[in-house]
Amino acid sequence: METEIREILTEHARLPVEVASLDDDADLYQAGMTSHASVSVMLALEDAFDIEFPETMLRKSTFESVSAISTALTSLVGAPAE
Amino acid sequence: MFFGRRWDQAGKVDEILGALRVGTDLVPVEHVAESVARFGDRYVGRVYTDHEVSCCQGTPSVMAAGLAARFAAKEATIKVLRPTGHQPDWRSIEIRRDPAGWCTLNLTDEAARMAREQGINNMAVSLTHEAGMAAAVVVAVCDGEKER
Repeated sequence: METEIREILTEHARLPVEVASLDDDADLYQAGMTSHASVSVMLALEDAFDIEFPETMLRKSTFESVSAISTALTSLVGAPAE
Repeated sequence: MFFGRRWDQAGKVDEILGALRVGTDLVPVEHVAESVARFGDRYVGRVYTDHEVSCCQGTPSVMAAGLAARFAAKEATIKVLRPTGHQPDWRSIEIRRDPAGWCTLNLTDEAARMAREQGINNMAVSLTHEAGMAAAVVVAVCDGEKER
């Protein structure tokens, strides 16, 4: 799941740094992701994982790191297969 | 009249400054154009109201510039509202265009509740776009006792 998240961030987050250089817990907003870019990231995640983020999850914190996104996706699609 | 007070009266300036909030934001028009092209109605429908979309009709570049200015205004409004947890739905911050040409803000649902709780009782917005960038400034007048 983290690999797909990083691919989406690379394509849509418009970060001025390499996504691969960021730790899973690194703050994506501090790394340069704008609010507008976070909308594109959200829509791309919905496409990739066939889910829809409910309004209750539309917080900055939901998309603030790879770990946070992974946690949110896991709650929506279920635990990843072993 | 709030702004009718004399600015040279000692204490009044601090009172006025303490009751004002300003938010601003800058959005590249190209980023919005790419989101429209990539996600289409899903992007537009999740972020903008029907009124906002109706105000941005035209060529793709005209539409993108109008939407980018409105996104900047929404983000500038969020900076004024200073949410600490849940962020209001983008569509609960609506930029209304007066037939005479200027724009105003219409807050609903969560955004309206946040404004009410913080004593924000008056807001003004200004939009612009030029050379591929869109920008907006929002000014709010707050009840000083609820200012944080």
